[in-house]
Amino acid sequence: MLAGGLSPEREVSLRSGRRVAEALRTCDASIEVTEVDVDGALIDRISAHPPACIIPLLHGAAGEDGALRDVLQALGLPFIGSSAAAARLAFDKPITKTIIEKAGIATPLAIALPHSTFRELGATGVLDAVVSSLGLPIIVKPTKGGSALGAAVVREAAELPAAMVGAFAYSDVTLMERLVTGTEIAVSVYESHGVAISLPPVEIVPPHGIYDYNARYTAGLTEFFIPARLSQAVLDECAAVALLAHRSLGLRDWSRTDLIVDTGGTPWFLEVNAAPGMTETSLFPQSLTAAGISLGELTGQLVRTAIERGA
Amino acid sequence: MSGSRLDPWVDSYAERAHGMAASEIRALFAVASRPEVVSLAGGMPFVQALNLDIVADCIHRLISQRGAQALQYGSGQGDVTLREQILDVMEPVGVSAHPDDIVVTTGSQMALDLVTRVFCDPGDVVLVEAPSYVGALGVFRAYQCDVEHVAMDDEGLIPSALEDAITRVRASGRKVKMIYTIPSFHNPAGVTQGGARRAQNLQIAQRAGILVLEDDPYGLLGFEGETPRAMRADDPDGVIYLGSFSKTIASGLRVGWAVAPHGVREKLVLAAESAVLCPSNFSQLTVSEYLATQPWREQIKVFRELYRERRDALLDSMAAVMPTGTSWTTPAGGFYSWVTLPGGLDATAMLPRALAALVAYVPGTGFYVDGQGRQNLRLSYCYPEPDRIREGVRRLASVVEAELDLTATFGTARGLHESAGTGVPAPDIR
Repeated sequence: MLAGGLSPEREVSLRSGRRVAEALRTCDASIEVTEVDVDGALIDRISAHPPACIIPLLHGAAGEDGALRDVLQALGLPFIGSSAAAARLAFDKPITKTIIEKAGIATPLAIALPHSTFRELGATGVLDAVVSSLGLPIIVKPTKGGSALGAAVVREAAELPAAMVGAFAYSDVTLMERLVTGTEIAVSVYESHGVAISLPPVEIVPPHGIYDYNARYTAGLTEFFIPARLSQAVLDECAAVALLAHRSLGLRDWSRTDLIVDTGGTPWFLEVNAAPGMTETSLFPQSLTAAGISLGELTGQLVRTAIERGA
Repeated sequence: MSGSRLDPWVDSYAERAHGMAASEIRALFAVASRPEVVSLAGGMPFVQALNLDIVADCIHRLISQRGAQALQYGSGQGDVTLREQILDVMEPVGVSAHPDDIVVTTGSQMALDLVTRVFCDPGDVVLVEAPSYVGALGVFRAYQCDVEHVAMDDEGLIPSALEDAITRVRASGRKVKMIYTIPSFHNPAGVTQGGARRAQNLQIAQRAGILVLEDDPYGLLGFEGETPRAMRADDPDGVIYLGSFSKTIASGLRVGWAVAPHGVREKLVLAAESAVLCPSNFSQLTVSEYLATQPWREQIKVFRELYRERRDALLDSMAAVMPTGTSWTTPAGGFYSWVTLPGGLDATAMLPRALAALVAYVPGTGFYVDGQGRQNLRLSYCYPEPDRIREGVRRLASVVEAELDLTATFGTARGLHESAGTGVPAPDIR
């Protein structure tokens, strides 16, 4: 179990890793799980005692951007989850959105720009153009990273520069996306014998309407409804979007797609996570529980699949 | 129809628990514990400078000779021999007392909790320095006190500002219960009140009839000149003095103490017994054995020299590489320097960039209850070796340069995103 690392989501990753490791140990005594942080000793360690399979539960860069998975592939080690190439696509929000749009899924209009563009062209002019194109409100977020770190909702144009400063602290490129209001939904997907299956959609009702870091990781702050309080037709549509996103990006084993369903019942794709959070307050484990599936059993099954699949 | 909140007790928590939430800033500090990161964030004493073989001998001797006592419950007020020894430890700061005036606690943090518990009702006002020790702010908040900051300068708490604050609070119909101060080698500001300044502030407190809570964990860790005289030394009836072995021996032992007027002390003992029955006998007797058999004054000199060298590494490297417009305090002891960033930069918004550059600090907002301190950060020099400190400052300088560049682009240095909850690392973060 690889968890931790140097990303801003280190703590979330450690909690995810611990939770999955415990679930696996509890339900499958034949699997010996070792939890390992990612550091300079990792390659020596796994080369000296190669594990049968690796579960990368790193969140944020290196863990989710495909880099570490490339190394695991180069070392010839089987692992759970998406390939390096697919993870790389899923981690970059603008690229993901382009692929999703081509697959025919609605995703809010957005513009992604590096700091250098603002520096060279002048921030005022560029931000004016962004507002005029996207309208307000806008959600500003780092193009890479999760857990809503560095994300902010901008309702007035005057707030935009401060939101940019906050997002650029996390990423070299910032995504400015038209804010779609509606019901916040997460749909988790897992694979069984190569078939992608969607889990019951979770409706997220955060305090004050913003599902930020505190709302995500403080038990009790956010209210969840499973299945979401939407018509069966819309729930089916959400599931179809998540499955299409999973397939379009070539994801494997598990993923979680975040959506907003607008008042007209249209699901808008926001992003997909190739290494979904597995903490006590995370969405993927909640969906599993609602579906009557044990996290430990699912992980054990995915471990066996990964070993059969090989590197 | 209601959904799940993942915590069945969410509607049962006390009002005082409502601020206890996950915090983005606190989560970021998880990275600071990694060896790649130069952490100038945490205030961990460099206990490696202790001779651990000697400590092991003390503990071995303790268990073999007095094991049954060390492993048993003890007095709620603390071991009497240790209380006598504490009088010797306080001699350099001028505090004289009777052993019965002392209450031994689980670190001075517990003494802070007990004093607040016996004095403060919800809504009572505690006056604290601006900025102030985050651990104290947490205690005051937990007891639902109103915390009011009082301005400091290079000599610490400003008397005229203290007087103004007392007048202002009283005019608003509220009651000032305590003045909380760290007069020597302040955490986080790194400044020290001179003798005259202490006397002035003490007179103001006396005239107003307000109790002074003097927190002095760093008093013996001065780098030059005489050890500052404690405020308690000049007003035993009006000052509760808090001391600690965390910085002079080892923080892991969790032994601190309060010296209080006798009426207060009785209440502190009863409050301590209701909280923990008694402080750890094992820890107390370990400290006592160490003080009785080891040249502890010499060890404090070792700590002082070590921290002085690290302070110099920090200040010299900041002078060499920090961008123009950055300023900082020059601590004459203790663990911390308080930095003011140039160009109105926001230390909270800048933290993720710093951690990506593998350097950590504590944003200034953690040391205020009212959102002040955005332009400030606290740097600790107590834990990393001097070369690591220099490397950390180099990294920090680059981060500040990059943030200035961003500010120049967007015309603002402030991040929009705010985090609830504590913005400081857990105590064991390096």
